Amino acid sequence: MNVRTLPLPNERQETRGGTLTWLDGLLAGSSAVGFVVALYAAFVYAPTEAVQGDVQRIFYFHVSLAWLAYLAFFVVFLGSIVYLWKRSEWWDILARSSAEIGVVLTTLVLITGSLWGRPIWGTWWTWDARLTTTLILWAIYVVYLMLRAYSSDRMRGARYGAILGIIGFADVPIVQMSVVWWRTLHPQPVIEEGALPPQMLVAFMISLVVFTVFYVFLLRIRVRIEWLKEEIAQLQESEG
Amino acid sequence: MNSWLDQVSALLWKDLLTELRTRELLGGMALFTFLVLLTFNFAFDLRIDNVGSVAPGILWVAFSFAGILGLGRSFVQEKDRGAMDGLLVAPVDRGAIYLAKFLGNLLFMIVVEAIALPVFTMFFNFGVATPSLALVIFLGTAGFAAVGTLFAAMAANTRARDVMLPLLVFPICVPVIIASVAATSLVIDGGTLTNRLGWLEMLAAFDLIFGILCFVVFEFVVEE
Repeated sequence: MNVRTLPLPNERQETRGGTLTWLDGLLAGSSAVGFVVALYAAFVYAPTEAVQGDVQRIFYFHVSLAWLAYLAFFVVFLGSIVYLWKRSEWWDILARSSAEIGVVLTTLVLITGSLWGRPIWGTWWTWDARLTTTLILWAIYVVYLMLRAYSSDRMRGARYGAILGIIGFADVPIVQMSVVWWRTLHPQPVIEEGALPPQMLVAFMISLVVFTVFYVFLLRIRVRIEWLKEEIAQLQESEG
Repeated sequence: MNSWLDQVSALLWKDLLTELRTRELLGGMALFTFLVLLTFNFAFDLRIDNVGSVAPGILWVAFSFAGILGLGRSFVQEKDRGAMDGLLVAPVDRGAIYLAKFLGNLLFMIVVEAIALPVFTMFFNFGVATPSLALVIFLGTAGFAAVGTLFAAMAANTRARDVMLPLLVFPICVPVIIASVAATSLVIDGGTLTNRLGWLEMLAAFDLIFGILCFVVFEFVVEE
């Protein structure tokens, strides 16, 4: 079982990319339990919204996913900057892995939003500011993944990815600003303003925490897989 | 400092001279813009009453498509005969290369836009060329070219580079397109100056932020 018998670069061993730890088990277990609790909180514990009815319950997951998507892309941004600065492969793998998860999260945000929008707004999609920004965000990071796939040279791909990771994230506020001026229909945020009933807030917080734990778990697993891939590639190279 | 500007002007002059001798870029871009406008003519049908409401969209789609065409060539032509390697070996600052390429792309796009406007007026029987529109077009084109020059250098080194360039440029340039189209509409409708000023400020802010950002990260694109 011990993959460590193979000679590896020093950097590799420090990150312990190849082995699952107790922490991964803890994250996986708490995500699994957490999702059950979050579902209970969203569907049973939280009161039914007076105007929208049960449809509103998707909010707990929808908003959590959206926050996590932003976190994921922030990690891409961070990983990109540190990669260009330190040139440590680990940061590139972190950025790339987070981008993949971020795209999945954003896709889910768009889908859950659509499911909510159909009964409430009477349409699957509308060119509201937040929706448009999210869609553009999604497009930028899908292109990021394509760029990574189309770069023939691995080091070059890492640099290009880092550049897009920085430019793309810097673009988000200005995209947001431009589409807000353009038009706005999305319900304004209710969380910061304290307009949310306490039980709903609790249900939302549970969902947010669970999704965050799950994101960290996914990220660790994804980074680990990339490390193993790199190791295999290096072994294949060394064997000619 | 002076020698740095000399580098920029020498590089820019090289690109302009190449274009003057080969004439492969401007002619292609102008003809392409002409064809985009022609296609829109059929797509929207000639009998539309309110050309003013579709004009900003038509113009900026034509400008950005032609821009992509020009941007694509700017680094590919360097790569084709290995000129890029020579450029990088030469004692030239990387920032100077970016600035020269940016100015060249900006210039080519503006020339094409200057040709496209009268053609648009002719096709759609709708005069748009006003001094205040020139500022909108300049600011919008500058933002597009600033981001586009960086990505063109990147796309030139990827597989399927012709596909990658527009995919990289268009999502990032969404604010430029929105602000340019909105400002152009306001110029055509003769909207209040305050509204127009907001969009112009946004374009200027985009140009400044992304001009500096692209200038700074360009050295990471061409290192090797």
